[in-house]
Amino acid sequence: MLNKDSWKEIFETIQKNKLRTFLSGFTVAIGILIFIVLFGLGNGLKNSFNSSFIDDKVNTIRLYPSTTTIAYKGYEKNRKIKLTNKDLSKIYNHFYNDLEDITVRVTDYTEIKYKNNANSYSIRGVSPSHQNAELTIIMKGRFLNENDIINKKKHIVIGRLVAEKIFGKEDPIGKYIFGGNHGWKVIGVFQDEGGDREESMIYVPYTTLQKLKKNTDELNQIILMYKSDMSYSESVILEKKLEKFIKEYKFISPKDNRGIYISNTSEELQENKQFASILNIIVSFIGIGTLIAGIIGISNIMVFVVKERTKELGIRKALGATPKNIISIILQESIFITTLSGYFGLVIAFAILKIIGNKLQEDYWITNPSIETENAILATVLLIFFGTIAGYIPAKKAANIKPIIALRDN
Amino acid sequence: MINIKNLHKSYKIGENSLHVLKGINLNIEEGELVAIMGSSGSGKSTLLNIIGMLDNYDTGEYHLDNVLIKDLNETKAARYRNKFLGFVFQSFNLIKYKNAIENIMLPLYYQGITRDKRKNVALEYLEKVGLKDWSTHLPNELSGGQKQRVAIARALAANPKVLLADEPTGALDSATSLEVMGLIKKINNEGKTILVVTHEVDIAKMCNRIITLKDGIILKDKINK
Repeated sequence: MLNKDSWKEIFETIQKNKLRTFLSGFTVAIGILIFIVLFGLGNGLKNSFNSSFIDDKVNTIRLYPSTTTIAYKGYEKNRKIKLTNKDLSKIYNHFYNDLEDITVRVTDYTEIKYKNNANSYSIRGVSPSHQNAELTIIMKGRFLNENDIINKKKHIVIGRLVAEKIFGKEDPIGKYIFGGNHGWKVIGVFQDEGGDREESMIYVPYTTLQKLKKNTDELNQIILMYKSDMSYSESVILEKKLEKFIKEYKFISPKDNRGIYISNTSEELQENKQFASILNIIVSFIGIGTLIAGIIGISNIMVFVVKERTKELGIRKALGATPKNIISIILQESIFITTLSGYFGLVIAFAILKIIGNKLQEDYWITNPSIETENAILATVLLIFFGTIAGYIPAKKAANIKPIIALRDN
Repeated sequence: MINIKNLHKSYKIGENSLHVLKGINLNIEEGELVAIMGSSGSGKSTLLNIIGMLDNYDTGEYHLDNVLIKDLNETKAARYRNKFLGFVFQSFNLIKYKNAIENIMLPLYYQGITRDKRKNVALEYLEKVGLKDWSTHLPNELSGGQKQRVAIARALAANPKVLLADEPTGALDSATSLEVMGLIKKINNEGKTILVVTHEVDIAKMCNRIITLKDGIILKDKINK
């Protein structure tokens, strides 16, 4: 059935029926192309989504001071809540058993100068364990240590982009830079998965920053790292206990949603996981939808092809073609065209995804759009398979029509 | 060659049944050139289609070259058609995307003959119908008479026992009709059994035997001088 001669017959038929060949080939190619590109873009969206949430350590609870909205125990509303160094030790002592570590953040903003280069940056006054909370990766030198904190050293750790901007190709380690009218010694350069914004940061000892900010003891953020073997629900319980504890001793109404903000990264993670799974469903839905549309398209064309060929098939039958001959010419032709054009669509789609690359990352939040090769091939094979089935039904029907009826067809 | 006994055929049209052939008895010997005549609705085309295995019959017997042709499945019918019969149709029925020689090669393809041999045989028959120089022309580049000659060459290519022609001159002018009938006669002179269905008396008169059908039965069966 698959001898050289029957292939020759098929090539001839394909060559001489360009519209038909084009229609079925185009349907399959475009079906595969759209499927892969859409699926790839969907995956790109998922990639961006995933990468933006693995930036920080997941088992952290963050506390941010805010303003109350409800009067409580003799205190007026609109009272500004402060978190201080005293609160830090109080919280740490109280929740000692649940915590792996604790750190703080004091924030500021200043201009950094070195030789003729200057630029303004956000500063974070932190303790050494902040490195764990933020998953900061040291590229050169070291991060802050306890000695820097205790002695309120003017040591500074700068982000990769800060180093590039201020020092250019020069090695920043051990150099002194000016910031807020003080000289700082650069002790380290870091990078961060969080992207450009994180890598344009500067870390200094929080004690030093507090001293320079008129000797304040205020903290902008307390970051608790709870034990990493704690389950999600345990972390939620801890979060509730923490909220109760702080609200009680800061005299904030339990009903007040503000006053103090508490955010649990594992809770966010949970929400993000849900969002990611919805995203997954949408992407799969689009993919399957495109595939079904492609299958329906190729089925329609196969019906049309067989209908168009009814008379020809009748002539062939009168000349001695068996039903098997008839089915095989239709199917061989359709499998050949769909396989070839499916492969063509596959290659073009991969090329498109490659060209897109990370160009859509900034504006459309799509990172490295791609599709697993197995999925792409599976989709192509499915389309060819269903195209064949869709061709087989009308072909079988045509093969069993009496030639006299087929010949009457115009 | 063709032996038909008490053949009946009716078509179901909705609730009603239309009795088209009401007991045909017919015997055609090898080498005969027979015209089947009759007005439309007389059953002549139905008879030809049954002889050509393009349609089946209800009761009776039909032997072709001593083989009983009855209730064949499509595969078997296709094999017999390919082996025993060559068809010539009123509307030529050439495959429009195949050129003259490719059309003629087609029945040989279904016999499983190699491509080179098919080409040689096809060329031989194309020469026989006088169209050797037109071998690479597509059907729509040929005149009606030329198309019918290609169709005759195609019908002959597989060297069938019987040539069946259904109104072979129906779509041709009278001069071309004579030309085509001349060709048919010539082939008959070489020994081929030929059946021609026609409603034109002039055409029928060119055959050796004229069978006239009316309302599903044979009205007249006479030898033409």
